[in-house]
Amino acid sequence: MRQNSGTADTFDKTTHRGPLGEVWGAVGFVERNFALYKRYSGWIVVVTAYAAVNTIIIGLIGRAAGDERLVLYLIIGSVLWAFLSQLFQEVCESMAWEHWEGTLEVTFSAPLKRFTQLLGVSAFSILYSLFKSLVIMAAMLLFFRIDLSGANLLSASVVLLAGSVSFLGMGIASGVLPILSRERGFSAARIFLALLLLVSGVYYPIAVLPAWLRPFSVVSPATYALRSMRAALLDGAGLAEIKGDVLILLTFCVVTVPLGFAVFAVGERWAKWKGKLKVDG
Amino acid sequence: MIVRDGYELDEQETGSAISSEESPDVDATVNGRDERRNVETKTMDNLALRASGVVKRFEIQDGNRNRKGLRRLWPFYKRETFEALSDVNVEVRAGEIYGIIGMNGSGKSTFIRVISTLLFPDEGTVEVFGVDVVKNPDEVRRMINRVSVDAAFFRSLSAKENLRYSARLHGLSPRDARKRYKEILTRIGFDHNRVSDQVKSLSRGMKQKVAVSRALMSTPRLLLLDEPTTGLDPRSKRDVQQFLHKMRDEEGTTIVITTHDMEEAERICDRIAIIHDGRIVAEGTAAELIEIARNGRGEPTLEKVFFKFTGEEWDEYE
Repeated sequence: MRQNSGTADTFDKTTHRGPLGEVWGAVGFVERNFALYKRYSGWIVVVTAYAAVNTIIIGLIGRAAGDERLVLYLIIGSVLWAFLSQLFQEVCESMAWEHWEGTLEVTFSAPLKRFTQLLGVSAFSILYSLFKSLVIMAAMLLFFRIDLSGANLLSASVVLLAGSVSFLGMGIASGVLPILSRERGFSAARIFLALLLLVSGVYYPIAVLPAWLRPFSVVSPATYALRSMRAALLDGAGLAEIKGDVLILLTFCVVTVPLGFAVFAVGERWAKWKGKLKVDG
Repeated sequence: MIVRDGYELDEQETGSAISSEESPDVDATVNGRDERRNVETKTMDNLALRASGVVKRFEIQDGNRNRKGLRRLWPFYKRETFEALSDVNVEVRAGEIYGIIGMNGSGKSTFIRVISTLLFPDEGTVEVFGVDVVKNPDEVRRMINRVSVDAAFFRSLSAKENLRYSARLHGLSPRDARKRYKEILTRIGFDHNRVSDQVKSLSRGMKQKVAVSRALMSTPRLLLLDEPTTGLDPRSKRDVQQFLHKMRDEEGTTIVITTHDMEEAERICDRIAIIHDGRIVAEGTAAELIEIARNGRGEPTLEKVFFKFTGEEWDEYE
């Protein structure tokens, strides 16, 4: 009998435990989610079509007011919110899905850094959110014949990137909620998202909020992402003009991402003390 | 031979049971077969697993929350708990197949979860090859793999997709993984035509075979099997058991297996622990345990041993 008192590396020649193993791991989450979404492709089509129709209806409210600028104002809000909220929810939904399937223990006992797992789930989240938002945007361009010739696409891309990362950080933090409570975790994340939707000025300027609600908009990265995105697409604002909002968004990135991982790590440890990873038994 | 928790055995009862500490080479007669098992000398260096004084308590989940009303929300509210594991002490040598037998709710799965870093103990320590499961869970996870009694999968994905996902998690390249799981599935009699079927369309036994393949394809140093053969037909059970022996003999894998199947425990385990109400009440080779039960009263079986230490009839339980 072979003695297996050697190191893990000498023991197992077929597995890649180093950085390459982590890369395989992250790819595994993208592959897995892609396979799952492919299996439910009919449902994805329905959800995306619903979101597109919803955005068209919101745009039509602007058209009914006879204000073409308002049409684009509302569409930008709707599409950007669809993108950011999808990013936020995706990590949470992935954990909730695993908990319902009972595979959370399989994933959490794998020799993979939690960072890699969350990175893989986040990468898929970005890909899926981008796909969904591009489909909605394409539908808007066709339906409303929107002219974006005056838009500053470079500024818009920078805002999109900075906004995405800050939302991902919050999404990672909320990802631990379904682990702590299978029944209520995902709902709690949705409530938090609804509050962001209320205070961030997605469909209206912050100024119309009651005075007591307005301070909450300051702590939502969506406020700055929406404001600077509108400036870039409606007014063609360059990076110099929106640098204030971009800097705030970058600050959110620096704070929310490490905080997201830290919150997740604390939640995971608590779940392991309390036995929350198991489904039964 | 170790006997715990008030089950004091006199010299006559222990009979000729051989202490593994006294004699590293143990002759054990199991099911009429003579097997000479080279039990390694128990030293600190070659321990695959050491659990010392492990205690795990869980809050009692009351189905009727309203009965306690708002008192539950009070931070100092004293919640009712029960001990799933009570002062569990286990040492498993590298390369050993160590069985844990016990009834439902006796703490087997909880113990496996603690070893696999899914659950932290409230008291005591668990080390896998000298690495603490609470302090260094990442390092421990690199050395283990686990099969649970309820094989969990993404049910809408195929067996192949689930295996590929697991291979990625364990750092296996797709080519190595495919080669490995094909070999294992063939050996344990899984119909290859079903490998692309969604898991939800597979029978319980077939799912269990996929779960076993999933755990075995990464060649872990410590394999944790929580009732791995539950739901398998006798032939598949035998195939899995043979594969476990192959892993131990060729790869040097240490195996901790929980089971309800006494025959299985006798057939494949070097040593067996009996767990009851979260406590290890007896531990030894099958031959040693049977020897205790012999005690001059008819033909002993492992079922009788179980009864002796737990006061529970195995037949009633089954």
